[in-house]
Amino acid sequence: MSAVATAWPAGNAASAPAADLKGFVEFTDVEKSYDGRTFAVTRLNLSVARGEFLTLLGPSGSGKTTTLNMLAGFERPTRGVITLEGRSVDRLPPYERNIGMVFQNYALFPHMTVEENVAFPLSVRKIDKADITTRVGRALDMVRLKQFGDRRPTQLSGGQQQRVALARALVFEPSLVLMDEPLGALDKKLREHMQLEIKQLHTMLGVTIVYVTHDQSEALTMSDRVAVFNNGGIAQLGSPDDLYNTPQSSFVASFIGENNTLAGKVEHVVGKECRVALDGGGAITALAIGVAEGGACHVAIRPERLGLAAAAQAGNRLTATVDGRIYLGDHQRLLARLENGQVLTVKVGPEATMANGEPVLVSCAPGDCRAFPADAGTAGSISKTTGE
Amino acid sequence: MTAIPPSELDRPALARGRSAADTDLRSVSAAIRRAEFGDRLRSLALAAPLLVLLALSFGIPIVLLLSRAVYDPTIANALPQTSQALSGWSGSGLPDDAAFLALAADLKDNQAKGTAYELAKSLNARLPGARSQVLKTVRQLEGAGDKPPLEVVKSVPFWSQPGTWPAIANGTHAVTSFYLLSALDLRWNADGSIERVPPEQAIFLQVFMRTFFVAAAVTLATLLLGFPLAYLIASAPKGLAAILIVAVLLPFWTSILVRTAAWTVLLQKFGLVNDMLLWLGVVDDRLDLMYSRIGLIIAMTHIQLPFTLLPIYSVMRTIPPSQMKAAYSLGGRPFTAFRRIYLPQVFPGVMAGCLLTFILCLGYYITPALIGGASDQLISNFIGNYVNVELNWEMAAALSFILLVFTLALFGIFARILGLDRLKLV
Repeated sequence: MSAVATAWPAGNAASAPAADLKGFVEFTDVEKSYDGRTFAVTRLNLSVARGEFLTLLGPSGSGKTTTLNMLAGFERPTRGVITLEGRSVDRLPPYERNIGMVFQNYALFPHMTVEENVAFPLSVRKIDKADITTRVGRALDMVRLKQFGDRRPTQLSGGQQQRVALARALVFEPSLVLMDEPLGALDKKLREHMQLEIKQLHTMLGVTIVYVTHDQSEALTMSDRVAVFNNGGIAQLGSPDDLYNTPQSSFVASFIGENNTLAGKVEHVVGKECRVALDGGGAITALAIGVAEGGACHVAIRPERLGLAAAAQAGNRLTATVDGRIYLGDHQRLLARLENGQVLTVKVGPEATMANGEPVLVSCAPGDCRAFPADAGTAGSISKTTGE
Repeated sequence: MTAIPPSELDRPALARGRSAADTDLRSVSAAIRRAEFGDRLRSLALAAPLLVLLALSFGIPIVLLLSRAVYDPTIANALPQTSQALSGWSGSGLPDDAAFLALAADLKDNQAKGTAYELAKSLNARLPGARSQVLKTVRQLEGAGDKPPLEVVKSVPFWSQPGTWPAIANGTHAVTSFYLLSALDLRWNADGSIERVPPEQAIFLQVFMRTFFVAAAVTLATLLLGFPLAYLIASAPKGLAAILIVAVLLPFWTSILVRTAAWTVLLQKFGLVNDMLLWLGVVDDRLDLMYSRIGLIIAMTHIQLPFTLLPIYSVMRTIPPSQMKAAYSLGGRPFTAFRRIYLPQVFPGVMAGCLLTFILCLGYYITPALIGGASDQLISNFIGNYVNVELNWEMAAALSFILLVFTLALFGIFARILGLDRLKLV
């Protein structure tokens, strides 16, 4: 979005600076249960700063949408407190929260034109007609849909519909905007384009955005911070960089980006590092992330952190044979079968030319290998909870 | 994406290639039309058996029956000589003796052919009391012996009354507006203009009004009861919704006669409803629910409820919950959100349901016959009476025709207001 709109008022930056200290949005020990037995959300503590772009990322059933719905006011927490600008919103119905929301299916009103859709939040606020017209025009300008004002939503493409939904959620200048998988229904190219647009709107308007998605690359691209949800709670909260490079659990390591996982058993722990005996033979030195001696563990290594060692190198060296090669243009993925039968994916340059069955030596620095206890939930063992 | 507007295309290039492109386009669209025509022909062929069945069992009988409203050759056929003799009659006063003689001859012929009763009945429809007079005259003509037929006919005062001969003359025209006018409580008066029938003879307009009133009341009642129920079902979890739908449909699967009979049990003076009202202390005395307008409306509302409810429900089901969530999150209070977001979207379903119920109510027969009192009989009961009891099919056809016209007009108005494509009947 190069032609960024004219004077769009920066999100109510003037109001209540004191609240910033405590966090703009604050979840304190929030729990939600639909049936009284299982929890869709458990022990949730989360603080969102003013102007932040926070993404709730997780597989379906992990509680992220329930969390968003509680913040929007569509669901009430079973326990715990949610505050918005320091005030508890427990008894505040959704229409009094002044939170903009964008839905996955856009939820545009089919019986109204684009203009009427965008005017709706203003007209229910009893703003006078002339003012509505200017503000609707400005909002549609912002999403570059000014000339589509008198169309019906069904006459627009998916991307255009979502931009209308954005304009509608922003036109009444809420200080907080929630987005529930807003790009889920769009194709890949359009989705990437819209990610940029949303990010630019966020920067331009200074609004706080809480964004829900199950697409980890979307989360990494857009967010200031990402909260990874699993089994109704936050598995890890941090910047995209933190999550990618220093995952704190096997689940986060495998959910964010691509990772090789080797199963093994911790032989001994020395300081930050540990020695892991791999199942089926072989051993590796890795960073110890909460593992205990003698316990089963998973070692996660990013494909790009693995190298094909020609000469002697410090660190882990594993002998393997080439099992296959996937050509991806700018790089290749090499499938290397270890002697113990486990297969590693190694990112190699586009010029590499190994034949199947050729022996290779795979190496990696211990600092790039992270050993997690095996019992903490992995991406493969997400228990289904209610909600979402 | 919609087509790219021409303004975004290369205009000069367009202009250059226009004539060639136009010819191309024309031949392409002709080919498309040909292909579509074949398709249509095929689908029409598949529907042909049904269309033939409909035409034979539905369309043609309806046309034939309705034509009886304006085409009644009974009198013309039965009185050929009289018709001839009356052709020169001015229409005022009594015709000449030739007409009386012709009548006598015609009556004798009818007696011989065994069609005298039919004639008497047909004349009676136009001229109340004519039946007995015709039959009496026929008998006297038979037993007259040597007495000249002219004298016999003239001896029956009926044939010399002022209204008789105009009615006969009128009846000798096979195409007649008599029945249609009667169905609207109108008639031709002596000087050839249309006038209202005297109040004591006017019944049909009142019956039509009553029919429309009952239909409207039932429609309103089903809407008031059905709308919240449809909303409940549409927003209930799947399992509960299925149970509720079955509960709504269960009476729907029962014979209308059985349901009506059940209501007679419930509504009668010493029936369950009265017992309950009395026990609850709502009333001091037992109400006359049977054979009353209120009982009729209650029973019809019960029968019609699914017809109103189902179209509303089917439209409600298509409205995703996120619509209302969006309205709330944008600041719409529940009532505002309902009025501005929900209601406009379910409106086509509401209209369809109400239209369905209203039109069906216009044709109700069994329920008013069994539950309604004498003054609650609807137009169908009168039509049924003319067909089954009076054997006056011409009048039945005329009433049916008027009802059909009213119904179609109503449908037309609805379709005009709402647009036929927006009317979501299923």
